[in-house]
Amino acid sequence: MTSAAQDDQNELRDILLATAGKLFEDLSTHEVIQAAETGTWPTDLWNALEETGIPLALVPEDQGGAGLPFADAMAVLRLSGTHAVPVPLAETLLATSVLSDAGLPVPEGPLSIAPVNESDRLTLTKNGTQDGDGWSLSGTATRVPWSRQVGYMAVVAMAGTNKMVACVPTSGLATAPGSNLAAEPRDTVTFDAHSLPAEAVAPASPGSAGDRLYELGALVRSVQLAGALHRVLIVAVEYVNERKQFGRPLGKFQAIQQQLALLACEVAAAGAAVDSAVDAAHTQNARFHIAIAKARAGEAVGYVAETGHQVHGAIGFTQEYKLHHSTKRLWSWRDEFGAETTWQEQIGQSVAAGGADTLWPLLTSS
Amino acid sequence: MQEFQFNPVTFPPEAEETRANVRAFLADELKNGGFKPRANCWVAGDTGFSERCGAAGFIGMTWPKEYGGHERSALERYVVIEEMLAAGAPVGAHWVVDRQSGPQLIAHSTPEICKQILPRVTEGKSYFAIGMSEPDSGSDLASVRTRATKVEGGWRITGTKVWTSYAHMADYIILLARSAPLEDDRHAGLTQFIIDMSKDGVSTSPIKNLHGGGDFNEVVFDAYFQPDGWTVGGEGNGWKMVTGELAYERSGPERFLSTYTLLREFVRTVGDNPDAASARAVGRMVSHLSALRHMSTSIAGMLEEGLSPNLEAAVVKDLGNKLEKEIPEIVRLLAPRETGFDSREDYEQALAISVLEAPSFALRGGTREILRGIIAKGLGLR
Ligand SMILES: Cc1cc2nc3c(=O)[nH]c(=O)nc-3n(C[C@H](O)[C@H](O)[C@H](O)COP(=O)(O)OP(=O)(O)OC[C@H]3O[C@@H](n4cnc5c(N)ncnc54)[C@H](O)[C@@H]3O)c2cc1C
Repeated sequence: MTSAAQDDQNELRDILLATAGKLFEDLSTHEVIQAAETGTWPTDLWNALEETGIPLALVPEDQGGAGLPFADAMAVLRLSGTHAVPVPLAETLLATSVLSDAGLPVPEGPLSIAPVNESDRLTLTKNGTQDGDGWSLSGTATRVPWSRQVGYMAVVAMAGTNKMVACVPTSGLATAPGSNLAAEPRDTVTFDAHSLPAEAVAPASPGSAGDRLYELGALVRSVQLAGALHRVLIVAVEYVNERKQFGRPLGKFQAIQQQLALLACEVAAAGAAVDSAVDAAHTQNARFHIAIAKARAGEAVGYVAETGHQVHGAIGFTQEYKLHHSTKRLWSWRDEFGAETTWQEQIGQSVAAGGADTLWPLLTSS
Repeated sequence: MQEFQFNPVTFPPEAEETRANVRAFLADELKNGGFKPRANCWVAGDTGFSERCGAAGFIGMTWPKEYGGHERSALERYVVIEEMLAAGAPVGAHWVVDRQSGPQLIAHSTPEICKQILPRVTEGKSYFAIGMSEPDSGSDLASVRTRATKVEGGWRITGTKVWTSYAHMADYIILLARSAPLEDDRHAGLTQFIIDMSKDGVSTSPIKNLHGGGDFNEVVFDAYFQPDGWTVGGEGNGWKMVTGELAYERSGPERFLSTYTLLREFVRTVGDNPDAASARAVGRMVSHLSALRHMSTSIAGMLEEGLSPNLEAAVVKDLGNKLEKEIPEIVRLLAPRETGFDSREDYEQALAISVLEAPSFALRGGTREILRGIIAKGLGLR
């Protein structure tokens, strides 16, 4: 890209982030997030988001989407993590990429994806032998995000040895509600020979979003983690500068300063790992960098959430105070699409397979 | 609250060519027995190795050609040093001058001084040391008591410096001294002098480190005569010079790669089918290294643009030191060995050196506590 084109691109991203930031600030309020915890869908927030076109950011323009650069969509998602935005933006971005990569039409409204656990196996069988014959979808998908509150989900299932993508309406599905620590819906959905028309199913070609669902899931959660980690830093710094004990702001005590400095370091390292993964998301080394991002950001959660709470004292332990919107999401998201150990083990195994002398070339390859 | 900025950089194609060149150079060196890889290799100096680096064009990469430099980008230099460190090469002799003293001379001394000193430096034949710390001035550096008193045509310098790495082999020391009486502003009245170690009035004696080795020294100045004009940044600007060096001193890959060779030998030791605990440990350490490298290269990009990312540098050093200290503590539990300094096996030797030298990592170049204080200040807490 020429530098002038790069400048235009950066300017567009700044405008997008300013718009999204204002929208989240105005509509993802404490009350809205609190209400979402008890099941109230934030209609105004979602509608406003849809008006910006952000949910369709990753759908190419010729398929009716916004066709934004991947990094821009991830920057907005990170901001949504910062604001603990209680809607399935990550899931919708994922689902739209899975569907549009497979050449399937993308429905309107919030969407979800399944399966999110690598051990859940869903299968598709053809109802006949003709091209136009429909399919039956079977199996159980656990902890499907937001399934109660979306109209459709992009489902990845095996038809024999072929990986397929299906666009599945949620009405009429057997759903057992569940939730994560932040009370975001995580439901068990059972497909009992659920029938689908032929045009709702297409192959997931190698390297497509459907083929890479699990690792892209890990990537979007890492991006959200980076945003929420940053929020804890901001909230904590603000608080210790205001709260006074022993006649001075807590932030003037060295013990507090040292803890928050390390907290800031953890946030920065997680952010850097996530940046690399976003940059590498469509390269040969994508999985390695995504594994690093999920492992590093997930690990940062422990210290950041713990310290964030510690410097707040009792107020941070209340529902009334905002800190828990971020920390509960951090504690949930670090376990979704693979906890640190899952990804650490994959990195370790691939390093071991390459051997000691390929570790450095691997680290320095972009 | 100051935001940390770690914008990603893309290495230019020349940098990847440079990488291939350094790797070929290092492979040759290893084949010819030019050096034996060592953990924490940047404390190990080998003048022969430095001269071969100079001949290969790996010293003074970014400096002007008229001073013997190669006018390459900061990112190309970055590639050279990270490859050397990862290989465990003995870069200690030329390390300080290549990293900070050279760039400081170029930016803040005179063309005559640079022409006189730097060409030999780029040949790998002339070395520098940093004379900041004193017996009573460590973290509180502004309290230094080494005195420079104005005399006809120059200064008389008296005082004692300690922990001065490489002073015993250095041709020059950049010395921080008090050149005017202490006043309310304790950062005023300090000057950095470029000291020629071959002159009378300065003596160096080694201070052994905890395992009897090491490279640091006590340097005593006894009415040493320093001619006018040989300063970095001019009289009274010493503090500004010291803080100006910090981003160079704290952001480089040596702040997180000191025990990289141990990690590498650990990977070799556990083999191609490691147990889950070892695989996870490797994965974790790699995830930290990768994030740190991303931050550190980002700073190299900022330095290239003329910025002074001191805060970001403190973040890299603190996190980096934490990791390099953690690596031996992690691997020793997964591949336990009773080691001694005489251990022969590569893994054992790297483990021994790493355990013994780890206590220095979060002290040299500014302690952990001081770095966190700087970061806290950046956060708006002080
Ligand atoms: C291997 C090695 C090489 C070195 N090479 C050089 C060199 O080449 N040139 C040179 O000039 N110096 C060199 N140093 C010295 C180094 O810069 C100092 O060790 C460092 O600045 C700390 O000073 P100190 O050792 O006097 O410790 P002190 O400053 O006495 O600190 C002791 C402890 O107290 C803590 N502490 C101090 N002040 C505070 C505070 N305000 N708040 C909280 N905690 C505090 C410190 O963090 C540390 O943990 C080297 C040191 C080592 C270990």
